[in-house]
Amino acid sequence: MPIIKQKDYKTWKKFDRKRDLQNWLCWFLGTLIFSFCFGLISSKTIWFYVFDSHNEALDLLGRMFPPETNYFFTLIKPIWDTLNIATIGTTIGTLIAIPLAFLSANNTTPSKKFIRPLALFCIVSSRSINSVIWALLLVAVVGPGVLAGIIAIGLRSIGFCGKLLYEAIEEIDENQIEAIEATGANKAQIMTFGIVPQILPAFTSISIYRWDINIREATVVGLVGAGGIGIELDAQIGDLAWAKVSVILLAIVVAVVFSEWITAKIRKAII
Amino acid sequence: MIWKRKPLIKNRLLRIGLILLISTYLLSVFLTTEIDWQRILEGIPRGKNFIFAFFPPDFITRSDEILAGIFESLWMTIVATIVGILISIPVSLGAAKNIAPKFVYFLSRGVITLSRSFQEVILAIFFVKLMGFGPFAGMVTLSLSTIGFFAKLLSEDIEDINKSQAEAIKSTGSSWFQWVNYGVQPQVMPRFIGLSLYRLDINFRESAVIGIVGGGGIGSTLNTAFDRYEFETAAAVLIVIISIVMIVEYTSSHLRKLIK
Repeated sequence: MPIIKQKDYKTWKKFDRKRDLQNWLCWFLGTLIFSFCFGLISSKTIWFYVFDSHNEALDLLGRMFPPETNYFFTLIKPIWDTLNIATIGTTIGTLIAIPLAFLSANNTTPSKKFIRPLALFCIVSSRSINSVIWALLLVAVVGPGVLAGIIAIGLRSIGFCGKLLYEAIEEIDENQIEAIEATGANKAQIMTFGIVPQILPAFTSISIYRWDINIREATVVGLVGAGGIGIELDAQIGDLAWAKVSVILLAIVVAVVFSEWITAKIRKAII
Repeated sequence: MIWKRKPLIKNRLLRIGLILLISTYLLSVFLTTEIDWQRILEGIPRGKNFIFAFFPPDFITRSDEILAGIFESLWMTIVATIVGILISIPVSLGAAKNIAPKFVYFLSRGVITLSRSFQEVILAIFFVKLMGFGPFAGMVTLSLSTIGFFAKLLSEDIEDINKSQAEAIKSTGSSWFQWVNYGVQPQVMPRFIGLSLYRLDINFRESAVIGIVGGGGIGSTLNTAFDRYEFETAAAVLIVIISIVMIVEYTSSHLRKLIK
């Protein structure tokens, strides 16, 4: 942080000349990349539609209003399905994630060369395929319905929970394990008395967090036929029944806010 | 005396109640979901054929489309992340309790909740309808969903800043902007960079699904491949997505470690 002396007074500046130049260069490059990318996007855009979109939006809002409130009662079953997809999916996902996390954590993996990369690959591939794509694949295999959604959400959750959990396992306190080891405990006992109590808080908060995310995800797997409220949404958009669509959107917001409230409550109770 | 591990929940009544509650929930789920075992039995050989149709992955026949899709996704991701972050900065300042007045606080929190409640795909459906097919709609979708994520986490960090540092700046008689720029910004900068990289990674992954509903990018390529029943190409696209996500994740986690 240099102080620049001019004729008769001093000025403080945050950075010296070199840092200033570097910062300027970063901004310049960033702007260049941004405008380049934006140029490519805009070349593929029909700007007429974009500039007209506010009219379209007003028109759409007009059709959505007033919402058809009676329709809500037919939504109860889909909402229940959505909650189930999220809950059961999260349960399955976390249950599979536990062994995977132990296999891929540096300090608990049975073989660093062989099993760890394999387990990591499972985790990464589960993470990189979105639940909608999983659902797309699963609908073809098990048929449309809630089951496909549950499995899709479960598969997608494995990677997320597995990754966070194995990071938690890698950060455990080795001293505690040594203490258990010193009592002559075998491998299984070390696991249950040394490792599990240390990662249990992390595990619960990870699963609750994922459940919260999964409520959102479960609303869209239906778009490709995997059950839940998404099926209704897809059908009503297809019918151009916008007054019903707005009810569905409201229901989704309520469900999400509700899940956020519950997770906040549980987190407070546990931690 | 034998030592026993303490149960997770101390209150016995609560414990039994929870177990009962969970089992009734599971039972009611089991009773209300219709699982068509017939269809699943039929589906297993079909599924096997389906999965085998993905092999061997075919990178060559549609390589032009795959490449074009990936680059479009990349442009979309970069632009959307930058735009999203630029909008998130004022929102996150507004959503920090220690900076914003009550009215602005609730407004910004509302924006964040709204942006978080809708999945990217649902937003994409609407933006595609409003703005026409193509990457622009996808970009708008991604930028808007960036707000919910970015502003929420950043505002939490702003709420955790060291007050005395910010106050020191204020006591020099700085204006509000100077105060934010010199008192708050340096304290949240590491988190800011980390979150940006993380969001870049997420946005790329999301761009793969937005295409399915018409938002451009690699998702469109994937969707076209499915529609044409070219599963070998679809497998290639999936492999490309996985490997790019792996690369992006590896670099972004490496960069985040470097910054810390």
